Amino acid sequence: MAGSGTAHMRNTVDAVLTVRDLTVEFRVAKDKIVKAVSGLSFDVIKGETLAIVGESGCGKTTLARAVLQLPPPNSGEVVFDGTDLTLLPKENLRSARTSMQMIFQDPISSLDPRMTVHQLIDEPLEIWDRGNRAERDERINNLLNNVGLEPELVLNRRSYEFSGGQCQRISIARALALDPRMLICDEPVSALDVSIQAQILNLLQDMKDRFGLTMVFISHDLAVVKAVSNRVMVMYLGKICEVAPPEVLYAKPAHHYTKALLNSVPIADPTRQRKTELLQGEPPSPMNPPSGCRFRTRCAAASALCAEQEPQLREVSPGQFVACHHPVA
Amino acid sequence: MSSLLSIKQMSINFDTPRGSLEAVRGVDIEIPAGMSVGVVGESGSGKTVMCRAAMGLLQGSNVKRSGTVVFDGHELTAMSKEEVRNLFGSGMAMIFQDPMTALNPVRRIGSQLSEGLRVRLGMSKADALARSKELLELVRIPNAAAVLKSFPYQLSGGMRQRVMIAIAIACNPKLLFADEPTTALDVTVQAQILQLLRELREDLKMSMVLVTHDLGVVAGNTDYVAVMYAGEVVEYAPTTKLFADMRMPYTEALLESIPKIDHKSGTRLSMIAGRLPDPTDRGAGCSFAPRCKYAQEKCHKEHPELKQDPDGHQYRCWFPIGEAK
Repeated sequence: MAGSGTAHMRNTVDAVLTVRDLTVEFRVAKDKIVKAVSGLSFDVIKGETLAIVGESGCGKTTLARAVLQLPPPNSGEVVFDGTDLTLLPKENLRSARTSMQMIFQDPISSLDPRMTVHQLIDEPLEIWDRGNRAERDERINNLLNNVGLEPELVLNRRSYEFSGGQCQRISIARALALDPRMLICDEPVSALDVSIQAQILNLLQDMKDRFGLTMVFISHDLAVVKAVSNRVMVMYLGKICEVAPPEVLYAKPAHHYTKALLNSVPIADPTRQRKTELLQGEPPSPMNPPSGCRFRTRCAAASALCAEQEPQLREVSPGQFVACHHPVA
Repeated sequence: MSSLLSIKQMSINFDTPRGSLEAVRGVDIEIPAGMSVGVVGESGSGKTVMCRAAMGLLQGSNVKRSGTVVFDGHELTAMSKEEVRNLFGSGMAMIFQDPMTALNPVRRIGSQLSEGLRVRLGMSKADALARSKELLELVRIPNAAAVLKSFPYQLSGGMRQRVMIAIAIACNPKLLFADEPTTALDVTVQAQILQLLRELREDLKMSMVLVTHDLGVVAGNTDYVAVMYAGEVVEYAPTTKLFADMRMPYTEALLESIPKIDHKSGTRLSMIAGRLPDPTDRGAGCSFAPRCKYAQEKCHKEHPELKQDPDGHQYRCWFPIGEAK
């Protein structure tokens, strides 16, 4: 990948979140630095769902956390609603975070097992002093109804009494409690059965429509994000490979890595199995990423140029941006 | 066709404080020699319990089992624990869902991999280590010599699953139980591991039981599919037949709920509303009836028997798809 560049930035006043040149590095030993996210830029427009897709270790979760300043990035800016979060003092940051909430991958361990559902959803309302007891209780009931849970059946139970899908519904109700403008979902359905995945994806879509949310949706599976996203950003080793609307990206992937990801999705039809070559090996270490294009070590189309020069994002078709010297024809 | 593994009328109950939990109910499954059979169903449908019981791995005073399991001419249900144990490794082997926790974190890969070779095949330490290196190469692990000296935490999830596979195939088992082998992995690594299992099965003439919740995974990797729901087999057919002509509404719903890359963006996914029935109270009618879009009155009252078409396609439904209602 890839590449740096800002050609895909839309620079509009409608952007809820604008991230510029974000870099996150972790020092793991005296002379070892993990380059998790390297000079990455993107924007998310109001009401849009941006999907971020890539393999484990490509930096997608680190990116999401850096947006929330958990921990703050090493450099770069994160402008949310006109404010650069990286410059905010701690107390202002805390209140800014109420309007951006996160949903995590493991729905069971992300809920405190000692708290009842009522306590879990009440906690943010209480901390931010949203209404009196009766108002808060009404709000909690509304939220639970919205996510498809019966308040009287669940309020006094604890997370271990629920299935993974139900826990994810509780997490969503909790994330919506403070009326956020933006929801960051980090692999929200990866730990769930396929039959439950569809339920949660549809629920997220409903919540987005009902509450006018802007979403960032992280996944390693391109098939999962197809239904929910308006724009898809493919990442590899801390850089962007390709950004495009889903219709374009799935029909005509321009980056070889996007194509490989699409080829990895299993086809539920024994008569239509692919004969294509699979992506081999695993991503190289982010402590010592390849020069030039970071994907070149696993790319069939790589040339000498790819090792020398880092490709910049450029528009190859309307709305489709790719960082590759030799894009898929 | 001769069966390598034949499970007949298997039922497993667990005594719990809430009452008797029926995990597996009257399951019949045949694994023909050299074939790969997929077992598909949601979490809690009894897939894993069925596999573990087939291997004799379910212990405890609260486990009540009935039925017979015949593996390669041995009736496992009539054998002692030690006798069944002697079949592990060279007879049957298992790989588990979570490659992070299935390996011992404080022992090097080489020591875990060579253990089976030394115990089961009586190899010397040096021979076992040399063979271990070959096994790692067989599962396409680059730099096998270095990996032998590594600890599990130094490897990625995909690499650990490869190590698990190497351990499982070390003594050339006739049957491999793969319990959700790719569920914890990325799609790219999943595709690699499935390809590896296909190739190994062919090279080693090994049969396989592939347990998964994803019909997409069984499509290209199995010869037969058993769909399980609430502890029962609700449909059983050759894989191509199942996908071409499914009879059970649950199988259809499961297939429709898979997110697909040709799904139109911005549209709703089809889903199965609700969830599995309480395992301590399965109800009188068809277990799937409360979630089934075709359910009629009869479905809620009477439990359907397993029906068989002349071509061997089995299903458990009063009003199967493709038949006049």
